[in-house]
Amino acid sequence: MTLVLEQLLNGLQFGVMLFLLAAGLTLIFGIMGVINLAHGSLYMVGAYAAAFAAAQTGSVIIAILAGLAAAALVGMAMELFVLRRLYARDHLDQVLATFALILIFNQSVTLLFGRQPLFVSVPPALNGSVELLPGLTYPIYRLIIIAVGLLVALGLYLLINRTRIGMLVRAGATHREMVRALGVDIRLLYTAVFGLGALLAGLAGLMAGPILAVQVGMGEQILIMTFVVVVIGGVGSIRGAFFGALLVGLVDTVLRAFLPGLLRQVMTGSEADALGAGLASMGIYMLMAVVLLVRPKGLFPANV
Amino acid sequence: MSEDAITHTGSPAPSTGRALMLLALAVGLIALPFLVQALGQPALVPLATRVLIYAIAAASLNLALGFGGMVSFGHAAFFGVGGYVVGILYRTYVDDGLFLGLIPGTSQLLITLPAAILIGGLLALTIGALCLRTSGVQFIMITLAFAQMLFFLFVSLKAYGGDDGMTIRRRNELFGLNTRDDITFYFICLTVAALVFLALWRIIGSRFGMVLAGIRQNERRMAAIGIAPYRYKLAAFVISGMGTGLAGALMANYLRFVSPDMLHWTKSGELMIMVILGGVGTLLGPLFGAAALVILETVLTSWTEHWQLILGPILLLVVLFTQGGLNGLFNRLGIGRSER
Repeated sequence: MTLVLEQLLNGLQFGVMLFLLAAGLTLIFGIMGVINLAHGSLYMVGAYAAAFAAAQTGSVIIAILAGLAAAALVGMAMELFVLRRLYARDHLDQVLATFALILIFNQSVTLLFGRQPLFVSVPPALNGSVELLPGLTYPIYRLIIIAVGLLVALGLYLLINRTRIGMLVRAGATHREMVRALGVDIRLLYTAVFGLGALLAGLAGLMAGPILAVQVGMGEQILIMTFVVVVIGGVGSIRGAFFGALLVGLVDTVLRAFLPGLLRQVMTGSEADALGAGLASMGIYMLMAVVLLVRPKGLFPANV
Repeated sequence: MSEDAITHTGSPAPSTGRALMLLALAVGLIALPFLVQALGQPALVPLATRVLIYAIAAASLNLALGFGGMVSFGHAAFFGVGGYVVGILYRTYVDDGLFLGLIPGTSQLLITLPAAILIGGLLALTIGALCLRTSGVQFIMITLAFAQMLFFLFVSLKAYGGDDGMTIRRRNELFGLNTRDDITFYFICLTVAALVFLALWRIIGSRFGMVLAGIRQNERRMAAIGIAPYRYKLAAFVISGMGTGLAGALMANYLRFVSPDMLHWTKSGELMIMVILGGVGTLLGPLFGAAALVILETVLTSWTEHWQLILGPILLLVVLFTQGGLNGLFNRLGIGRSER
């Protein structure tokens, strides 16, 4: 039972990480209509900047600030110099251009930091575990990730639904031309939204550092899952991104944890492990296929 | 994709310039192995073979993507499965067993290629029938999802090499030719590529191709004049899958190796890049695109291990500053006119 609870918490933690990426991606797609394959690169930039700053200064605060600032600045530069020219183009051009950006980012990071993964240690203050229930101890760091993710979700909800900027964002997602006609500087709004998305991606990246290896290619692995989240949740919808991310995080973690064990009861160990791992990896894609077949616009479509 | 595309799609009477260019291309491709041999660069023959195989895959993808307006991000599935058809048939042949207890193995190219086409088509029929219920970004993502499912399926199939893939000790046989020989294999691929491009040219110019172009431009209008778009799109998707499966089978023979890498999503991306680079919705564009990407990759790799740092900006510049890819660039430079 405690094992199940622990895996559920792991799933939740993975889910909120996915949410941080998916929120930015879905906003960028919903408002600007851009498919940004390079969103994963911003996650990588955040992780590398934080890891580098931590190694240089040893300060957690500086590492966090460095990760956030690097991701946001790189993101806004990306919007300013490349994506801005692509808003009017079709999705194909956007895919190609952002794929090119992935190549550039990955190679630049390889050039700067080498191919060896960087390992980041958990900040000492957060190192340790707490006993949540009798027999269930859980690392504090992962609990903090969950808390930060939920706080960001709440903050985004308030920002989108309760502020003037949020109103413009919502309006921009549904009636772009009308917002422009009313005299809103849409270019500034776009850059701001892109910067926000990049900031969240950087936040996810810097928090992922101590749990996963910081390496080139980390962005693409999570990018595909993020796209799954965005599509399941409904493109352009923050609420969809939130529930989609939790669903995908839980399904993926639980399948990975328990499927090989279940299969081992009907077949030999090594085959069960291989097949279980394969099927577990397929799980979220099956989930997405089923969701899209039943509700082609996702679970929480933005523009209804 | 220009608005007047439909007026140009019907079997074009090639202009003299274009006919000359096609002739030069054909002569060049046939003469190429002898030419590079005379120049003392025999290593260029396998490179050209790879270009041709990717050109088949990209041109097939282009039928769905460029002519049908279906942006598939999952064509690596057909490519990889085509490769695995060759691999599994060969493995079964070597073991002298029966695949699934039914199908005997073979190493005859004349059987493996049609088998790959058939399986590619059936797979495309299944995937397409489901995916075409969505459109737009959802379509891009659901095709990706199916390809990823197959990728992980083949990774977990330990019997066929799993993650490591499997080697095919010998290329498939054809009429007692020495397929191991690079030049012989080049001509096999050239023949297949010529047939594929011919078939695509006929399809694009046919009534079916016109309807497809019409659907791409305005699906609702086509439905209003009594054409069910779904069936036409599905048919185009299936043909596209068949061609990509065929290319995968050739690639497995070329490499004498198949692995889940052939199904990875980056392979779908690469095929897409070839199409976009060459020119979406043009007949010969994918050939130029495949040639450009494969050659660029090879040349840059020989220069520096950080070749992606050069390829990236080149791709970026192509997207930002050329419209219609290389084919469009050629057109503007006045080298032949292509149908769109």
